[in-house]
Amino acid sequence: MSATSQVSPQSYNYDIVKMFTIMALVWGILGMFTGVYIASELTWPILNFDTPEITFGRLRPVHTTLVIFGFGGSALFATSYYVVQRTCQTRLWGELLPSYTFWGWQIAVASAAVSYMLGYTQAREYAEMVWPIDILIAVTWVAYLVIYVMTLRKRSQPHIYVANWFFIAFILATAILHIFNNMAMPVGLFSLSSYSLHAGVQDAMTQWWYGHNAVGFFLTAAFLGMMYYFVPKQAGRPVYSYRLSIIHFWALIFLYMWVGAHHLHWTALPDWTSTLAATFSILLLLPSWGGMINGIMTLSGAWERLRSDPVVRFLIVALAFYGMSTFEGPLMSLKSVNALSHYTDWTIGHVHSGALGWVAMVTFGSFYHLIPRLWETEFYSKRLINVHFYLAVVGIILYISALWVAGIGQGLMWRAFDSYGNLAYTFIETVEFLHLPYFMRTLGGAFFVTGIIVMGYNTYMTIRKSRLEKAEFEAKIAAKMASAQ
Amino acid sequence: MKHETIETNAAWLIVLVFIVISIGGLAEIVPLYFIDDTVEDVKVDGIETVRPYSPLEVRGRDIYMREGCYLCHSQMIRPFRDEALRYGHYSLAAESKFDHPFQWGSKRTGPDLARVGKKYSNQWHVEHLTAPRSVVKESIMPNYPWLLKTDLEYKDIAERMKALKMVGVPYSETKAEYEANVKRFGKDVAKFLDVNQAENNLMAQALANNYDGNKSNITEMDALVAYLQVLGTMVDFSKFEDGYFSTFR
Repeated sequence: MSATSQVSPQSYNYDIVKMFTIMALVWGILGMFTGVYIASELTWPILNFDTPEITFGRLRPVHTTLVIFGFGGSALFATSYYVVQRTCQTRLWGELLPSYTFWGWQIAVASAAVSYMLGYTQAREYAEMVWPIDILIAVTWVAYLVIYVMTLRKRSQPHIYVANWFFIAFILATAILHIFNNMAMPVGLFSLSSYSLHAGVQDAMTQWWYGHNAVGFFLTAAFLGMMYYFVPKQAGRPVYSYRLSIIHFWALIFLYMWVGAHHLHWTALPDWTSTLAATFSILLLLPSWGGMINGIMTLSGAWERLRSDPVVRFLIVALAFYGMSTFEGPLMSLKSVNALSHYTDWTIGHVHSGALGWVAMVTFGSFYHLIPRLWETEFYSKRLINVHFYLAVVGIILYISALWVAGIGQGLMWRAFDSYGNLAYTFIETVEFLHLPYFMRTLGGAFFVTGIIVMGYNTYMTIRKSRLEKAEFEAKIAAKMASAQ
Repeated sequence: MKHETIETNAAWLIVLVFIVISIGGLAEIVPLYFIDDTVEDVKVDGIETVRPYSPLEVRGRDIYMREGCYLCHSQMIRPFRDEALRYGHYSLAAESKFDHPFQWGSKRTGPDLARVGKKYSNQWHVEHLTAPRSVVKESIMPNYPWLLKTDLEYKDIAERMKALKMVGVPYSETKAEYEANVKRFGKDVAKFLDVNQAENNLMAQALANNYDGNKSNITEMDALVAYLQVLGTMVDFSKFEDGYFSTFR
């Protein structure tokens, strides 16, 4: 590449990336803290305090929305805006529109959280936002798509780098899913209530087509985009296999859209649909592991980095959890396994091995790479990065093991019969059994949230250090100018 | 076509991605609207027994959604022996055909509620919702004391029913629609599906049943208990031949 086509860092729009990065950490801390709080409510119900705004049923969507859309969403805006500029070697398209996407997104997340606490919800899992917030999200998302496509179009590189394929698929799919799943009739122009267009079985199918692809595209494809940029960058090596990235990209985005109905095994959804979903879920193992192998093998020949570089450690552990949870997922989508796992905490544990192990860990790793580059300084403390790593890993392991015990245990108790053929346990006996695993889960969550708080502190100190260094540098320049006169 | 063409052309990439991600949803969702057997035919003597919710039940359902009950209670019984013993007959698609949105749920932190209707007395529900541990010592459900203290808001009940009608629930506004409902659901049911009488019907049902044990006003508790008491009670399985419903699966 000729030197003239190089774009200097000053001409990239880093301000927008910085804003989203900071908000990702803010929402991450708030959302994960809410998660630990509601986990505590399940352990000690007195923590509901007879207060409507903080009962489990109202706080749970606050938790999911803050971590998925607040933390995950802001992290994706930040990294995708960064990656598209770096890999296209061009400045982000537009000036006002990117800022609009920032404010539109932050207002949507904040107002969603407040509205759930006040009792305004659509009662659709992961799509609880009331209709005016849905419209705000849709408009913001279209702006995001326009910015992304326009930036791709003015790229100075002939090729569109693989990370961008994933980001584009994620942006398009999320738009489709969001719009079709949230179609509803408002009660009135000034009412926040609405009733969904679909009903019963069709509504269930639409919702889980959305729900599972919130996982598939929002929490997987997009984070694979992140992985495809930051893993090779941090490892200092090219992506392991270009051909594998092509195959696993197209297979992944095609297959994911079919699998949502595995959340509806043995329900009133027709068998043909759930069988189809189970079949595609098993097929999905191949592209998922294709992505994992491509990521992990990128480190091939540089394995010693695992010992010396905590950032690489975050990224590789993230990929390991990605591989683990994309194996567990197809397993749970088998009808016979699902008969046991469905309705239990095993599902919650599975989601968290993906959400904490993969999504959060790959974000942390990417941010530890990104933040020093955005603020042009070294990280404040490498040791705290290590501390964060161990807190996070211990937290995840506690969390998912506790919920394996809870889920499989309760599932087996529900279906146990005594020697007369009667149910062996009452429902409440199975709830009593959950107390200890629920406590362990809360503890695991507490470890994890402590980790992200450490990261927040480390980031704050890094930004402060960057400011001090800049001021010092400017003072030096000024002194030199003065002495030169 | 070489993959390089796609990698170097944003328009190609976008169009192809759009096509590839559209197929799954189209193949699985659209047929559910057109295959007749998807939702069972539930008729006794030519009358449909699965009916839309009464005005009071609609408001009760709104409260059920507001408090996020669906996050810990499913409303979907699976066709297993243990679930049949614990909860009753497996749920039919027809039983939630007027549910906008569906409330099948995905987690049983508490028991399934698909057939909770008529299982417990109104008084039990009031005590249980106000202070669950007063009736089930080991319960981890939150207390909902405000339901009993808060007057039910029902000024917009007609607007709510009209919105539901727009998405396909057969509430009636005209004489012709009312007559059609009489044929479809019988006269008693058709009466409280009439949007013009919504407020009166709501008050009448609350007064007649006095779910919350307090006659002086209509509370959120009245509405929520009315809703819980109707869950799973619309299909009388003794009226159908064995194996009839399995023909739909």
